[in-house]
Amino acid sequence: MEATGSNAWLISLAVFLPLLGALVMMAIPKEEEDLHKLIALASSLAALIAGVFILARFDYDNAGTLQFVVDKSWIDVINSRYIIALDGLSLPMFMLSLVVVPLCIIYSWDHIPEPGNAKAFLILLLVLATGMNGTFVAHDLILFFVFFEVVLLPMYFLIGVWGGPERKYASLKFFLFTLFGSALMILSFLALFFLSDVQTFDMRILPEAAAGIHSTTAIWIFGGMFMGFGIKVPMFPFHTWLPDAHTQAPTVGSVILAAVLLKLGTYGFIRIAIPILPEAAAEWAPWIGLLAVIGIIYGALGCLAQTDMKRLIAFSSVAHMGYVMLGISTLTDFGMNAAVFGMVAHGLITGMLFFIAGSVKERYHTLEISRLGGLLVSAPRLGWILGFASMASLGLPGLAGFWGEFPAILAAYQPADGLPVETFRTYMVIAALGTVLAAGYLLWMYQRTSFGEPSEEWADTEIDDVGTFEWIAWTPFLLAIVVFGVYPNLLFSVTDDAVVNIADIVAKSTGG
Amino acid sequence: MLVNQFLLLGAFLFCTGVYGVLARRNAVMVLMSIELMLNAVNINLLTFGYLHNAVSGQVFALFIIAVAAAEVAVGLAIILLIYRNRASINVDELDLMRG
Amino acid sequence: MLENAYLVPLLPAISFVVILLFGKRVKGGSAVHWVGITAVGVSFVLSLVIAVQWISRTDDAASAADHGTEEVHVEDEGHSEETDTHEEGLGFGSSDLGSGTLLGAAEEDDHGSVVADPVIEQITWLQIGGVEHKAGTYVDGLSAILLVVVSTVALLVHIYSSEYVRGDRRYVHYYAFLSLFTASMLFFVLSSSILQMIVGWELVGVCSFALIGHWWEDGANSNAALKAFLTNRVGDIGLLIGMVTLFFATGTFDIFTINDMIAHGLVRHFLLVVAATCLVAAAMSKSGQFPLHTWLPDAMAGPTPVSALIHAATMVVAGVYMIARLYPVFYEGFAIKTSSINLLALVGGFTALMAAALAFVQWDIKKVLAYSTVSQLGYMVMALGVGAWTAAVFHLFTHALFKAGLFLGAGSVSHSAGHTFDIREMGGLKKHMPTTYRTFVICSLALAGIFPFAGFWSKDEILLGSLEGQQNGYPLMLIFGCAVAAMTAAYMTRVIWYTFHGEFRGELHHHGGGHDPVETHTEEHHAEPHESPKAITIPLIILAAGAVLAGLANLPGPVVEVFGADGFAHRLQTYAEPSNFLGPLGIIHPDPSLVMALVGLALAVGGAVVTYLFFWKNMGPHGLTERNVLARKGRTLLENKYYLDHLYENVIVAFVKWPLAKAAYWFNQNVLDKIVDTAGESARDGGQWVYTHIDQAVVDGAVNGAGTAAGASGEGLRVIQSGKVQGYGALLFGATAVLAIIFMIVI
Repeated sequence: MEATGSNAWLISLAVFLPLLGALVMMAIPKEEEDLHKLIALASSLAALIAGVFILARFDYDNAGTLQFVVDKSWIDVINSRYIIALDGLSLPMFMLSLVVVPLCIIYSWDHIPEPGNAKAFLILLLVLATGMNGTFVAHDLILFFVFFEVVLLPMYFLIGVWGGPERKYASLKFFLFTLFGSALMILSFLALFFLSDVQTFDMRILPEAAAGIHSTTAIWIFGGMFMGFGIKVPMFPFHTWLPDAHTQAPTVGSVILAAVLLKLGTYGFIRIAIPILPEAAAEWAPWIGLLAVIGIIYGALGCLAQTDMKRLIAFSSVAHMGYVMLGISTLTDFGMNAAVFGMVAHGLITGMLFFIAGSVKERYHTLEISRLGGLLVSAPRLGWILGFASMASLGLPGLAGFWGEFPAILAAYQPADGLPVETFRTYMVIAALGTVLAAGYLLWMYQRTSFGEPSEEWADTEIDDVGTFEWIAWTPFLLAIVVFGVYPNLLFSVTDDAVVNIADIVAKSTGG
Repeated sequence: MLVNQFLLLGAFLFCTGVYGVLARRNAVMVLMSIELMLNAVNINLLTFGYLHNAVSGQVFALFIIAVAAAEVAVGLAIILLIYRNRASINVDELDLMRG
Repeated sequence: MLENAYLVPLLPAISFVVILLFGKRVKGGSAVHWVGITAVGVSFVLSLVIAVQWISRTDDAASAADHGTEEVHVEDEGHSEETDTHEEGLGFGSSDLGSGTLLGAAEEDDHGSVVADPVIEQITWLQIGGVEHKAGTYVDGLSAILLVVVSTVALLVHIYSSEYVRGDRRYVHYYAFLSLFTASMLFFVLSSSILQMIVGWELVGVCSFALIGHWWEDGANSNAALKAFLTNRVGDIGLLIGMVTLFFATGTFDIFTINDMIAHGLVRHFLLVVAATCLVAAAMSKSGQFPLHTWLPDAMAGPTPVSALIHAATMVVAGVYMIARLYPVFYEGFAIKTSSINLLALVGGFTALMAAALAFVQWDIKKVLAYSTVSQLGYMVMALGVGAWTAAVFHLFTHALFKAGLFLGAGSVSHSAGHTFDIREMGGLKKHMPTTYRTFVICSLALAGIFPFAGFWSKDEILLGSLEGQQNGYPLMLIFGCAVAAMTAAYMTRVIWYTFHGEFRGELHHHGGGHDPVETHTEEHHAEPHESPKAITIPLIILAAGAVLAGLANLPGPVVEVFGADGFAHRLQTYAEPSNFLGPLGIIHPDPSLVMALVGLALAVGGAVVTYLFFWKNMGPHGLTERNVLARKGRTLLENKYYLDHLYENVIVAFVKWPLAKAAYWFNQNVLDKIVDTAGESARDGGQWVYTHIDQAVVDGAVNGAGTAAGASGEGLRVIQSGKVQGYGALLFGATAVLAIIFMIVI
């Protein structure tokens, strides 16, 4: 686990460059909007370039071991250290978060939402970026927690200031929910610290150090983390903050929320909760699986009842994250690989859908499905892209969404040893049913918004088709959806080693 | 018994000074009384210094003499100014600091 | 070419991308069909090459086997060479199948026919748990014949469409999706793993969705598209679960390994039953089997060439192909060898029968053909159910040709007869459209199974398969099959009567009356129906020729002996049947029976003749439905399509969409959110209470009290603050004195 030489600083660079950009921007008066945009874009792009270097120098043959490790003393009093590193599990998430932010900034170029103030908006985005990037590479529980919480505040302000009419309610709900989860999570972290053999927050040591924790206690500790991560995912029944937050958030906020923020929770499960407390995870798994499949069906039904496009997409997130959680709850390499793939795919696809919803809103000033229609006539390209994204979202094979769904369903056939097989097979059937409902609500939405002639309300209105900034921001998403869909091994081969390590830990603890 | 006598002298002087400060209405007399109190302290300092065979008592006394001189200078200057402004140096009429 | 089969789907895929990205740039898209035709044309040639090479490969294997050199590894050319020259250098590995005990180079089955091993080229597609799951091309007789079928029909449809949809407002998109469909279908056919099959399966589905809904301005079309997609999704549950079961039963996605393991009895029977049952559900939706067939007739809302390509010749046979490809699963799972009835045969037989009945009451020529397709697909599934593998594939082959011909013929009719598909508005077209008429009749004869057209041979084999079965016969299936044979001939005769004979009943001056709103490019109004242009008739002629000649592919032995060409019998069976799997399972090939052939022919002719007499000679019980309650009820039942649509749309979908979804959402808003809101509100109320009663009264009280006290004491102290220095001095002194006294007392 030694540092990979001079490259080790690359991660820190990628994490903190956006923050640096934000600091610089604070010193510049807010009238200089273009300069602000330029700095924001430059700093996030610089972080992305650092990320590309990491991609290039990453040792794919040892994707299971941590690389680019930096281990420096940080808060000695509580034995918390500044440990950041990457492995095959973090890499895709890290890259996703690095890619999404500059694209969001590009999209915002001429879309700064009401009430304007590009400076504050972009600074918040950059702070958010640092938090997200850091969460995926932190290997110290306290450091992880700090980054995890850094994300919270900018998002609160993004929703609360730039959001829709109900923004205050939504942002407060979001904030309180996540804060509540975080509180339980930090309690669990502290419990781990005090109860494990070595008093440490080092996530690399904890799986062994925490083995001695009494199993009942471990179940409680896992419960705390479950609340913390599960709310973020969000899992049924803690999902109710999500539709409100998504609906009210500005477009870019929704995109980042869907693309990256939700993944913090699932990532936490795979990275922290399961390897550190595998036995407790096995105890919890059937219940997590149950909540996951309820989420799948329930989210889909929720979608069918929606009249607002953005809210529909938000509910579809509940369903899709249900597949991810189902994959995780099987505790097998298949399931967790599917979960990681599902996380990336959902990030790309739902992010894309929110982009489109934002653009539709900008053009029609409404997202009421019943008032839309004939998008394919008014703005054909936008309509086609919506169709493409819907198809991807409903899990069409050949596009990225499928590889998150199908292997998760497959994994439920044969969960890890010690889990109730019949229960999980029932979950499998229910989850497969969910694919039909997914096709139902997405196509139904697509039919009502895009097919047919434009309604009278918009018949005479000139609707702009996809603009330049939109193309620049969207093309990488669209390409990635196709590329990952056609050749999934790009992602699976990276994540597999790391996931197998975790599955082995589980197998060892439940098998013995 | 020499010490006692010096201390009694100091006490007498101090009490005189206190009486002067509290009882006299003339600001100059009040100032003079303060000087008396300071010198009473000086006598005490010298006495204790002698008693303990320490030089510091004399040093402090010298300090106080110097400070007292300065204080008198400033004090007189203030009184002069008050007199110019109010045409009186009766302390009973000086209640600018009344709460 | 066998190793580079990936080129076949790749070319149309490239064509799709080119058309999508650059189609509009060239002449506003009007020349875009040339891209598609070229790509599919090359694919067609390559498919033929593959077929020819496969035949010679099989012959080589056979002669090698004859010379007793079992160990001549025919597959050396495909397997051992490292062919790393493929796409993107992703490391095409040759498949590592060489566990010699399971597969020799060629295996001999009971009947002595020899089949070479399939040529498999694979790359790693996904790696999970350290295991690499591969995808690639799987070339054997079955995929070769499907390649030929798909690329032939696709090519003809591409050509036909250049005339039929010319001037359409989305010409470019039409060709793009046509290419994408061709690519997906070829990809599906060449699948080497079940995972790949799922992908291809869904991709053809989405192309079908896009093409059915091609004219999406009309709500009916987009509804039909949605219905097709969603119905298929329902079946896909079966597909997903079936494939998952198969994966865990065998531990691999690889088709060859799966089949091989089953053929050698290495798989638990129970798992096979589960997998087979689930996969039948998948085939039900994709291949339009009862009760999930309802989307197929509605899918006729798409452009007619699309109906011909997707909903008659290729995509809908995907289910049949899947069963044929994974046949060991079904053969073992349903115990086809020993049973005399099973799920597969029952579903197929019943579908064939009930769809044929529905075809009688349709007035839309395309819907007649659609129900006929459902019926024929049921025939194929039934054939597979009774163990007649070759017959099913043979019928798939012949049916693709003549049914495509029929659909294109229907399109040609509508093209000239005022853009309607209602046969009540046609009639008498025989003299106006001689070419269309002739090809339509030939294809109908083939469909009806009249000697010597293609359908006769394939249908005969299916009936024969039901008669003799495997170890037992399948009597019920035979009855179904015979009934359907008669009915098919009858309803086709009815269509021909209404369409081509009698007087013309349509109106030509009103365009767009049908639900096939082709943007008419022939702006001049014809005085009377006219023959279609060459781009339409030539494909018809080619397909009609196919309908005549396709039977040659698998002639029974006694027939060819008459002509002294012994080696020409059962070619399809020889080259296509995967006897290296089916051999060990002990599949039995029925012996040809002249009686069966004659009975089948008599039924078909009988059906045709009765209908002929009914319409042409006006004999029989005309107006029966007006007179007889029972007949009327039967007709109503048929016209309402057994009320299945009603069940699906008004009961199931409506329930999910309305009460269930609303209830769930109500639950979300009023229960879950209420809990949260209530929690929030009660927290707020609690806060309020704490605020008023504790914060304000107690804590604040204390603070306020302190403040008041401070104020009061200040008031008191104010008195002391006289501003008189001497007063201060006195205080100071007094205080010091007090302190001094305390000090002295304490010390």
